[in-house]
Amino acid sequence: MLAKRLPFAALCAVLTLVMGLPILGLNLTPQGIHIVLKSAPSATFMWIALGAAVVFLFQLFKDYLSGFWRQVPLPKASSFTPNLEGRKRIYAERAGWFLVAVLAFAMPFFASRGATALGNLVLIYVILGLGLNIVVGLAGLLDLGYVAFYAVGAYSYALLHQYFGFGFWEALPISAILAATFGFVLGFPVLRLRGDYLAIVTLGFGEIIRIVINNMTWLTGGPNGIGGIPNPTLFNMEFGRIVKDPGDTLFYKVLGIEYNSNHKVIFLYLITLVFALFTVFVIKRLTKMPVGRAWEALREDEIACRSLGLSRTGIKLSAFTLGAFFAGFAGCVFAAKQSFISPDSFNLYESVIVLVIVVLGGMGSQVGIILAAAILTMLPELARDMAQYRMLFFGLLMVLMMIWRPQGLIPMKRTPVELARE
Amino acid sequence: MLEVRDLSMRFGGLLAVDGVSLNLNEREIFSIIGPNGAGKTTVFNCISGFYRPTGGEIQFNGHAIHSMPDYRIARLGMVRTFQHVRLFNRMTPLENLMVAQHHQVNTNLFAGLFKTPSYRHREQEAMDRAVYWLKKVNLLELANREAGNLAYGQQRRLEIARCMVTGPKLLMLDEPAAGLNPRETRDLNELIVSLKEDYNVAVLLIEHDMGLVMGISDRIAVINQGRPLAQGTPDEIRCNPDVIKAYLGEE
Ligand SMILES: Nc1ncnc2c1ncn2[C@@H]1O[C@H](COP(=O)(O)OP(=O)(O)O)[C@@H](O)[C@H]1O
Ligand SMILES: [Mg+2]
Repeated sequence: MLAKRLPFAALCAVLTLVMGLPILGLNLTPQGIHIVLKSAPSATFMWIALGAAVVFLFQLFKDYLSGFWRQVPLPKASSFTPNLEGRKRIYAERAGWFLVAVLAFAMPFFASRGATALGNLVLIYVILGLGLNIVVGLAGLLDLGYVAFYAVGAYSYALLHQYFGFGFWEALPISAILAATFGFVLGFPVLRLRGDYLAIVTLGFGEIIRIVINNMTWLTGGPNGIGGIPNPTLFNMEFGRIVKDPGDTLFYKVLGIEYNSNHKVIFLYLITLVFALFTVFVIKRLTKMPVGRAWEALREDEIACRSLGLSRTGIKLSAFTLGAFFAGFAGCVFAAKQSFISPDSFNLYESVIVLVIVVLGGMGSQVGIILAAAILTMLPELARDMAQYRMLFFGLLMVLMMIWRPQGLIPMKRTPVELARE
Repeated sequence: MLEVRDLSMRFGGLLAVDGVSLNLNEREIFSIIGPNGAGKTTVFNCISGFYRPTGGEIQFNGHAIHSMPDYRIARLGMVRTFQHVRLFNRMTPLENLMVAQHHQVNTNLFAGLFKTPSYRHREQEAMDRAVYWLKKVNLLELANREAGNLAYGQQRRLEIARCMVTGPKLLMLDEPAAGLNPRETRDLNELIVSLKEDYNVAVLLIEHDMGLVMGISDRIAVINQGRPLAQGTPDEIRCNPDVIKAYLGEE
């Protein structure tokens, strides 16, 4: 068994080295007007070797690993209920997601620069909408201050960069976790409140965060905001024309192509797309997990939950915290995309727009939210002259929705489970 | 197993429950009867922790539960149904039963995201238990429907299954036969007896259907205007002159 896998494992390890050595091990450094090829520090080579070793061992023992994993079956799926439509629906759904993902990946290579940048903004709102959907759509907690966590995420990155020189990739998880921590700490006292009271308090909190940021001038620059936030890099390759961080290289030089300012826009779009897909995937899975079921149950009937031994504080808090996590995530991406943030980017209007996305999309429905995010982000851009009527338009839209389609554009559907026959 | 001593509950000027005492043994079916507004549901709410009683003591398997939060009481193995059915309406029957097992499954976030073996294993066990109870109450065919769209009798059965799937020691049923047709009532009768015989649960029952109560109860307590009127076996209750006068005598 092992002997059989040995050649393939060796091939994989060699491939890892072949790919890793030039990409990671060689750096192009500008020296005067020339560019010279320099070898990376020896530590990098050690990491590459380690990586190759891991790949080798993984490929060698892959059967054992997956065999071990497969011993424990997934909650099943065979054939009790005549659930053919159910299974067809799941496959159709998967195919749909795949198609959308492929189209979204291909889009920037055909679309204009402006369209790509707009697509990027849509994707940020998709992440925000999906995150708020946990709180509002699934757990049924009306949160009007969601933008606060978005601001925490964005400012985390900006400040971490400004004071500690953090790059995007280091700051990303920290921003998300910091926002989640804020959600947790705030949720603790607030989640005892119900319905309208919760909405009012979260509304206040959203404003407080913005005002605090506005007034802590010594730390945040106040209304002047923070600029010079670096864009994300790809394996230490920057997408600008000149290097900003001395440790980095330049994308167009490494690839030996002509400099094109579109590269940056496309790259930003693509990583935001990856993050949005990650968000879709994680939240989809969360809804099928015990915690997701508990959120929905709590939304449906809190008293029944308590009678079954579910404690509402813990469950609400987990929804609030995870919602804040994704807001912080989106905030960090937003800061990296804009390079400049100020408290103005995080006013009540943002909370409203995200909430409208969730309600319009159909509480709980991911597809609906993605659609709504696209519509609500693109419409104002297309009709710029009407910008001052935006809020009016949203209000009208909400009223019409409540009358004609209270369940949203695409109402949430439940995944049927097939039950095993004895 | 359950010991209620001198329970009283006051709402402002209204003394809804006044000095009720009960003592429930393992594997016993104990019924509380009394006219509407007598305070039966209030007794349930006090026992299950939804109200904090204004007087008296409640012990459950050695725990003093009269000042415990409701969800912790439920975790001790005491679950209830409601006079007006409370299901998770937009979720499926299967999901209703999965939610009820929140404390039997692996709720760790990372275990779920990575689908670790322990997570899968316990999720499968919970699914099996859910299927078992859906079959027992004859709802398996409807496992993937929306619970809110089930017929009334089916919703009642689902609520009982949702309790049973948690593996309780004491099951409290608040007017489970209300609104059921005679056939469904007969099935319910059989189900309750089977819960006691086959699953060793004690049942505390509030019910107006005298046929059902007299048929399956080991003991009965009668409450009138919040005060205990009589307690005893079905035969004793049937012959009790106070009860006949206050309750059955109306007929
Ligand atoms: N939360 C409450 N607040 C005020 N009064 C209540 C409350 N719950 C019940 N009551 C009163 O207590 C009395 C007993 O009600 P209940 O226990 O529901 O009676 P039963 O279930 O026997 O029909 C009624 O008069 C009712 O109005
Ligand atoms: Mg009642």
